[in-house]
Amino acid sequence: MRVLLFPAAVLTALLAACGETAPPVQVAGGSAQQGKLLMAQYQCGACHAIPGVAAATSLAGPPLAGFARRSYIAGRIPNLPDPLAQWLVDPPAMKPGTMMPNVGVSPADARHMAAYLYTLQ
Amino acid sequence: MTVPLQSVLHPAGPDAAIISQFAWVLFGGGALIFALVMTLVALGMGKQTRAVRPMRWIVGAGVAFPVAVLSVLLAWSTWRSGQLTAQSAQSAQSSQLPLVVSVSAKMWWWEVRYRDPAGGPDIVSANEIHIPVGRAVYVGLNSADVIHSLWVPALNGKMDAVPGRVTGLTLHADKAGIYRGQCAEYCGEQHARMALHVVAQPSHEYEAWFARQRQPAALPTDAFLLRGRQAFIDQRCSACHTIRGVAGADDQSRPGPDLTHVGGRAHIAAGTLRTHRGTLAGWIADPHSIKPGVRMPAAAGMDGEALRALATWLESLE
Repeated sequence: MRVLLFPAAVLTALLAACGETAPPVQVAGGSAQQGKLLMAQYQCGACHAIPGVAAATSLAGPPLAGFARRSYIAGRIPNLPDPLAQWLVDPPAMKPGTMMPNVGVSPADARHMAAYLYTLQ
Repeated sequence: MTVPLQSVLHPAGPDAAIISQFAWVLFGGGALIFALVMTLVALGMGKQTRAVRPMRWIVGAGVAFPVAVLSVLLAWSTWRSGQLTAQSAQSAQSSQLPLVVSVSAKMWWWEVRYRDPAGGPDIVSANEIHIPVGRAVYVGLNSADVIHSLWVPALNGKMDAVPGRVTGLTLHADKAGIYRGQCAEYCGEQHARMALHVVAQPSHEYEAWFARQRQPAALPTDAFLLRGRQAFIDQRCSACHTIRGVAGADDQSRPGPDLTHVGGRAHIAAGTLRTHRGTLAGWIADPHSIKPGVRMPAAAGMDGEALRALATWLESLE
């Protein structure tokens, strides 16, 4: 009996781990809740489909579902909190040919928006 | 960010005030009579101490009471609705008001035309009607396709826009503000995204706005903006859109909205998105995922930078 119990416990623990998701990447000074509201306010939905953001269904730009699991932003910038916040403030400065314009996002707002994007598993 | 008011409960003009007074009197009166009837029902279910005389109730509460109440209401509402601008001035006369705006409803946006006092071509805009505060403005209304209806709840009742006919209503705002309105007659797929805003401004602000609207779009000096202007020409956007001041795009008989001062309007796509370079770029690249069924085709064959330049130039056209 004891022999069987141990593998069973290990298996249960492994299966349980499958359902868990990693906690979102923390962005210093960023509130995901506020970021979600800001994304609606800046109307990011005019180009992006963003889960949880009102009226964000457009396909002009890449859909942002699962953003936290992506390795790169815009195909070339490492998906880390600081580069992401910089990207949101001024995309053309980081990738000159991009279609994404600088829409006047402040650095503080960009950190909130980045925090929200990292909740999109 | 202030949310534009679109509420029948917050009238901002004389006609809307009369309409909302009707609503409150009918609602209040109805509630009182309902309470009275329910009280009588409760009393009737209790123990009877005196004999009920049916004829007294039938003639008194069933005939005399409604006749009296409805007659008073009829007299009052006839008198009061005679004070509505459309009734008191007669439509023929109100179309003689000094300020006339013609609005043409289309699937799914509103073309707004002002006469040029100097006799030049009309000043054309879209989805935004500017009016001076405290003055009655006659809005002549027609439709280019199906039946629409113009409703700005804070300023007046609804008026249908019928193809082949000119209807009209008077807008009169008592205080400055932005009043949202929308199409109130189902007109197809994007009926729900066919809104417009009435911007009521003090007289001097209105005059300044009007003087700006009469100007054509100025040639930008910035190289990036010039590139955007060139993208507008290269993409043949002028096949559908007028921009006064751009050679080949200043003819006014285009099917799409006049964009001469698009950056000065608060919204694009008939109240769907607020105007800034981001929404403009998204709209140009893919209007269909924002407003499925819209007549505008998605732009293809423009590189990212050209699209950004175009959107930035349009934003600058205030």
